[in-house]
Amino acid sequence: MSQPMNDDVVLRVDDLSIVYQTKRGNVQATTNISFDLKRGQAMALIGESGSGKTTVSLSLIRKLPKNALITQGQVLYQRDGNVRDVLKLSKRELREFRWKDCAMVFQGSQNAFNPVLKIRTQFEDTARAHGWTDKNAVRERALELLRLVRLDPERVYEAYPHELSGGMKQRTLLALGVLLNPQVVILDEPTTALDILTQRAIIDVLNEMQQRLNFSIIFISHDLSLAAEMADVVATVYAGEIVEIGPVNDMFYDPQHPYTHGLLTSVPKLDHEQDFVSSIAGAPPNLISPPSGCKFHPRCPYATDKCSEDDPTLTGEKPDHLAACWNKDALLEAREEIARKELAQ
Amino acid sequence: MSEPIMRLEGIYRSFRSGRTVIPVLQDINLDINKLEFLCLVGESGCGKTTTGKILAGLLPPSDGKIYFEGRDVNDLRGNDRRRYRRSVQLIHQDPYASLNPTQTIFDMLSFPLLHHKLVKGQKAARKRAAELLELVDLTPVEDILDKYPHELSGGQRQRVSIARALTTDPSVIVADESVSMVDVSIRIGLLQMMMNLRDELGVTIVFITHDLALAKYFSWEGRIGVMYLGRMVEVGKTQQLIANPQHPYTRVLLSAIPEPDPEKTRTKRHIQLRSEDIPRLTELPPGCSFHPRCPWYIEGVCDHTVPQLAVPATSNSQVEVACFPVQEGQALELYES
Repeated sequence: MSQPMNDDVVLRVDDLSIVYQTKRGNVQATTNISFDLKRGQAMALIGESGSGKTTVSLSLIRKLPKNALITQGQVLYQRDGNVRDVLKLSKRELREFRWKDCAMVFQGSQNAFNPVLKIRTQFEDTARAHGWTDKNAVRERALELLRLVRLDPERVYEAYPHELSGGMKQRTLLALGVLLNPQVVILDEPTTALDILTQRAIIDVLNEMQQRLNFSIIFISHDLSLAAEMADVVATVYAGEIVEIGPVNDMFYDPQHPYTHGLLTSVPKLDHEQDFVSSIAGAPPNLISPPSGCKFHPRCPYATDKCSEDDPTLTGEKPDHLAACWNKDALLEAREEIARKELAQ
Repeated sequence: MSEPIMRLEGIYRSFRSGRTVIPVLQDINLDINKLEFLCLVGESGCGKTTTGKILAGLLPPSDGKIYFEGRDVNDLRGNDRRRYRRSVQLIHQDPYASLNPTQTIFDMLSFPLLHHKLVKGQKAARKRAAELLELVDLTPVEDILDKYPHELSGGQRQRVSIARALTTDPSVIVADESVSMVDVSIRIGLLQMMMNLRDELGVTIVFITHDLALAKYFSWEGRIGVMYLGRMVEVGKTQQLIANPQHPYTRVLLSAIPEPDPEKTRTKRHIQLRSEDIPRLTELPPGCSFHPRCPWYIEGVCDHTVPQLAVPATSNSQVEVACFPVQEGQALELYES
């Protein structure tokens, strides 16, 4: 991806490869990951556990574990016309960058708060660490954000974390995440482990916040429904590679990669009478010694000899919907067959 | 209809935490018919797991009766009691926590076999264990038998868990959130395998989940029971219940679930609750415990008396609902408008 960065691109990940060095050998956690994130856009990274989704997101804020080695690529971040490579930031610049430019809300965030400090203190500490010392201004901003996430601001601000329910903590954390007005917010499994109604509240709040504050979102999830509901762009990650990327409707209604299609057909739907659902056979590969060619070929129902020899690259008829697969036609035929069966029912 | 294989009658269960008493289950009445697919759904804290444990005999109820094959399990003694305990097995939620890391798969499967004298000697135990692994599609069997849990993936472990539940040749299996810890891509495979067990072994499966879409898939030919704060609020045939949910809570749940279809999920109408906070079990509201959040609540009725499960007079299905406005045919009109 050597095109110049347009003004509306906030974050560009360019040919990023990351290796974890372990006793048993090098784990190829992500390979040649590239994507652009535009302003105000929500992007979903979907895939099974161990597919490398979290590694990608951690690299964006340079929070990778110590044994991780970035072997190639860059992460370009643009704000007010300035483009910087996040991977080359100094320690001081990085401190600035985190939270002010790019905030991350982790999985199981209910445990993210310090249990012995009031919510107020935790907001103030965050602000102070970034050079914002006017407590009244912090309070004003915090209350505004807490209102935005539909909480009773005065009460929550003065509360201890244990006084809040799981869903309330999650919403408070979202408010805290955007306290410094970051351009990019990374959410790792934002609704996993939450109840249905709490999950609904979080989704609504996130949508509202994004409209009001106009930040970009990268969220990692294995929940396809969440991606369908919130994402503008969806990227399927398999064995450390993006195997398909495209606008949400294209991805759901016209999947080009057998893995994306496999994920879609593995979730039952509420409104269908009976589902043609099936699991993807096999298990994700060992990334110390990944399979040759296309890494999905051992599990792929459409694999041919070519698939085990050559690794396909991302291609597509539309410029914004790309998939890495040699046998897109075979998948298309299979999809038409399923559509016929559903129609006949 | 033949006699239910299990029946819960007026089950109450509370836990004590210091001086406070937490009522986790209140007045649960449930029939489990032989060979049916039954799902219990609800959010955390609704008592679905406790119900499962009570069914399996792992937790005594504070009040109420449990019947197994028509007999009160409290009256069972000696061999009869052992047979009940063997016949109802529980599969736990987390396959990472429920398998002993220091035992091989063979150890785990052979222990109950030998303990209950279901087989004689190591050789027979090994043979039976291998058969069980084949039943749950864990192959190659000989490789798996001598492995430790850490050598298996989450999905494989859950299959071991199921095989272990099958060792005692149960007639009822209670599967508590048995697929929620494994990846989306292999959940359906596990579910389908469990559904096949019914036909192959004649086991009745009670599936406990918070995922209504999974519940729908699993119990399409069976029933769903929806629980809220320790009570059953709606129970009936899955196809009727999903197509035409009646209890406000069930409707709210169904309307809140995102669906894996971008256009549908973004145009879906969401029912707004009056309050988003779930009441604490220690401070349950009087009357119907859903009334502080219910959009169709009738003052002076819902906050006064606890509604009982019944088929509404105006209903054309057999789904039972515990809700005054629905039973009086009022909520439906409100819903349509």
